[in-house]
Amino acid sequence: MVERILEVESLSVDIPVPSGMLHPVQDLSFHVDRGETLAIVGESGCGKSLTSLALMDLLPSRAKRRASKLTLEGQDLTGLSERQMSDLRGNRMSMVFQEPMTSLNPAYTIGDQLIEALRRHRGVTVSEARDRAVWLLEKVGITAARGRLRQYPHQLSGGLRQRVMIAMALMCGPDLIIADEPTTALDVTIQAQILHLLADLQREFQTGLILITHDLGVVARVADRVAVMYAGQFVEQGTALQIFQAPTHPYTQGLLDCIPIPGKTARGARLGSIPGIVPSLVGRMPGCHFAERCRYVTDACRAGDVALRDATEPGHRYRCVLSPEESAVHNKMETAQ
Amino acid sequence: MAVSDISPIEQVLEPSPRALLRRRIFGHAGLVIGAFVLISIVLMALLAPYIAPHDPLDQVLDRKLIPPIWFDSDKATWTFPLGTDHFGRDYLSRLIWGARISLMIGVSAMLISGVIGTTIGVLAGYFGGRVDMVANFIITTRLSMPVVLVALAVVSMVGSSLTVVIWVLGLLIWDRFAVVMRSATMQVRNLDFVASAQALGCSTARIVLTEILPNVSNHLIVVATIEMAHAILLEAALSFLGLGVQPPEPSWGLMISEAKGLMFFDAWLIAIPGTALFLLVLSINLLGDGLRDVTAPEGRN
Amino acid sequence: MLPYVLKRLAVAILVAITVSLITFSMIYLSGDPAVALAGETATEADIENIRRYYGYDRPIMVQYLDWLYRAVQGDFGQSHYLKKPVAEVIFERLPTTMLLGFCALVFALTLSIPLGVLAAIRPNSMIDRVALTIAVVGQAMPSFWFALIMMLWLGIYWRLLPITGTDSWANFVMPSIALGYYITPAVMRLTRAGMLEVLSTDYIRTARAKGLRPMTVLFKHALRNAIIPVVSLAAVQFGFMLGGSIVIETIFAINGLGFLAWESIQRADLPMMQAIVLVLSIFYIVLTFLADMLNAWLDPRIRVA
Repeated sequence: MVERILEVESLSVDIPVPSGMLHPVQDLSFHVDRGETLAIVGESGCGKSLTSLALMDLLPSRAKRRASKLTLEGQDLTGLSERQMSDLRGNRMSMVFQEPMTSLNPAYTIGDQLIEALRRHRGVTVSEARDRAVWLLEKVGITAARGRLRQYPHQLSGGLRQRVMIAMALMCGPDLIIADEPTTALDVTIQAQILHLLADLQREFQTGLILITHDLGVVARVADRVAVMYAGQFVEQGTALQIFQAPTHPYTQGLLDCIPIPGKTARGARLGSIPGIVPSLVGRMPGCHFAERCRYVTDACRAGDVALRDATEPGHRYRCVLSPEESAVHNKMETAQ
Repeated sequence: MAVSDISPIEQVLEPSPRALLRRRIFGHAGLVIGAFVLISIVLMALLAPYIAPHDPLDQVLDRKLIPPIWFDSDKATWTFPLGTDHFGRDYLSRLIWGARISLMIGVSAMLISGVIGTTIGVLAGYFGGRVDMVANFIITTRLSMPVVLVALAVVSMVGSSLTVVIWVLGLLIWDRFAVVMRSATMQVRNLDFVASAQALGCSTARIVLTEILPNVSNHLIVVATIEMAHAILLEAALSFLGLGVQPPEPSWGLMISEAKGLMFFDAWLIAIPGTALFLLVLSINLLGDGLRDVTAPEGRN
Repeated sequence: MLPYVLKRLAVAILVAITVSLITFSMIYLSGDPAVALAGETATEADIENIRRYYGYDRPIMVQYLDWLYRAVQGDFGQSHYLKKPVAEVIFERLPTTMLLGFCALVFALTLSIPLGVLAAIRPNSMIDRVALTIAVVGQAMPSFWFALIMMLWLGIYWRLLPITGTDSWANFVMPSIALGYYITPAVMRLTRAGMLEVLSTDYIRTARAKGLRPMTVLFKHALRNAIIPVVSLAAVQFGFMLGGSIVIETIFAINGLGFLAWESIQRADLPMMQAIVLVLSIFYIVLTFLADMLNAWLDPRIRVA
């Protein structure tokens, strides 16, 4: 019996700005089960980082979060006070951020920063907390862990710091981990290691993992399910297999064209690119957000809001006026070139 | 620049429309009020011979210690709207002429210290290396000496007059110019247009004058206002202690000093010149802050 | 950390020597010190005697080195006026000024740091504007005028505090406020700016994401980093304050070093003046050196290389 850890329905974020109301996150619905990884993919500025902050209620004060449903293991998160939320953060849901170089306080040892969340949430003694910290550091692959506790962040490399961040996220045994671009700032050689680490840890501790990234390669490696985000909306959702084998939304197809896939992309073939930039998210935006950049745009695309619809397989949904069959034809044409 | 060019994250980090409005009002109000008050005082000083109702040095002991007209007293009269001091001198006229002294000292000392400090700072920032080390040493040495004390000592030995005070202050308060100009120059010097000027073979002097200076001028102006205010306050302190401008000149600091024995009964004697000093320095500071906000609108205060 | 310490120490010593040179040469500003000492009615013979007695006939370099050698041992010569060793008088009065400076510093920090923090937590709010107004007003007000106004209101009209002398702790209240207010604006602005910058860093975001309590985030994480530059500034400003204490001490008739400086300037007591300038400068150099050390110690990036 699979346990549902996070249930989100119709999550939106609105921010008043000088020129009107900004809608960086619009009407997102998704869920994360125990032991599974949901990847949220999209380019810079599509709103994925704000989504993670919205889940943790760490948005800037002017931002307003709305959701018809937002539960963590059945507990409703929408009505919680700041104090109640802070009891959950770092405790039952924790986050790993993108910049390991700046995400740790330079004035305190990593041992200090590792144990403080555990002591705050569980009230354990310092030595008990230190023991757990050492255990977790070893789990994330850091050697000579006990000595490391006394080190300062500036004495560690980026890769090591990110491992520390992961250990820190695991200190209180959370049910859900949100990793916002955890490997983007690291060397390519280290990226794979960190991803494998996350996948292993997730399996071992059976946490839910939301992985936010712009890198489809990352997604292919670790995701169970994928949500493709564009301009504040999910344009396609499904299992990793469904997304990679039968991408139905033109944007998803475009993204996959941009990366070379061993075995599929012919030698010397030109990689695709998607012309144009992300549209402004201020004010009402009728019609499909991708219309300006889409090759197959028609009048129907701009007529009214486009809702999510089912693709050929169950659980696979996308937001486009084209039918799955029409979309499949386009996909074949693209990859044939 | 269209709003859509800024990513949503950046938009989120900008202050709310209400806070922006509040800051704009305050920022511009400061600049406008400061400029207005300062210009009024400058005009008052320039037009002193024409607008001062009496001779500020004219002592008539019969009419001493007449209170200003807002006092409920038979002696108060519109002939002396701000009253008279213990020598019977008209306070309004002394106030107006006193503005000249403060402004003259403020501007002159600021110019002298500005030349010294900017030269040291720009040279240090542009050449770096040993020149920078020497400049830093000079600046640190200057910073280690207590300004007021040294100024007092020097003035007491050389003799106190307006000129001496101006030169002593000018030779002492250049440190902020040097520090700020040095860091501003260092920032500018690595930019592309300097490199291209060097590649073209322009002489150092030319590069400094035509490329560097114009681009650090906004910092220069801000520091100039700070040091002008600084010089005015220092002169007031020196005159207050008796080692600045000498009587019977109507330096505001001196006026406060002369009145301090009488302040228990005739408090206006110190309130009026003190308020004048406060308003002058405040207007200069507001002007400087406003200029800084206008030239660098990142919200840093 | 050791190379850092040694480098700073070397610079401090060099600066101290330069300052001593400048201080020493100050007495030649008024021309021949022997003439100044002899007074107006002196004859040529008198002046010559004085010159020989005080050693002004020796080469300048020798005079300087002799003076420096003795100064390092604490001998600043005799006060012409008081007929006592200068060092003795200075060290008699030094504690009072130190006490005044310390009280002023405490006042300034107690006022400016919390205000700076509050202003940073709610930027562009009313409290922020109030704090900035206090800073702006403080920077524009002449300290001696502020002191007189306080004296008038708190001392005379409302009779709350004594206005002169150093009999009890109450005597130090107004002078400390007058002196401390001098440095409050700078410290407050720096605290505010530093906190604003720190509060927007990634590691504060991490601290919040860990569910730490707001006070913990604010003080343990944010202020701890923001305070580092403030420490240096406070030390520097303390030095300025001591220099500026001459004005406050003369107004409130506090028998400290500042008042002594004032008296010796009036009396043209050259050795005393020289010594006071030198002592205050050295004190300032030591202070900035210690502040640098504290700074380095507070920042693990420097302390643990």
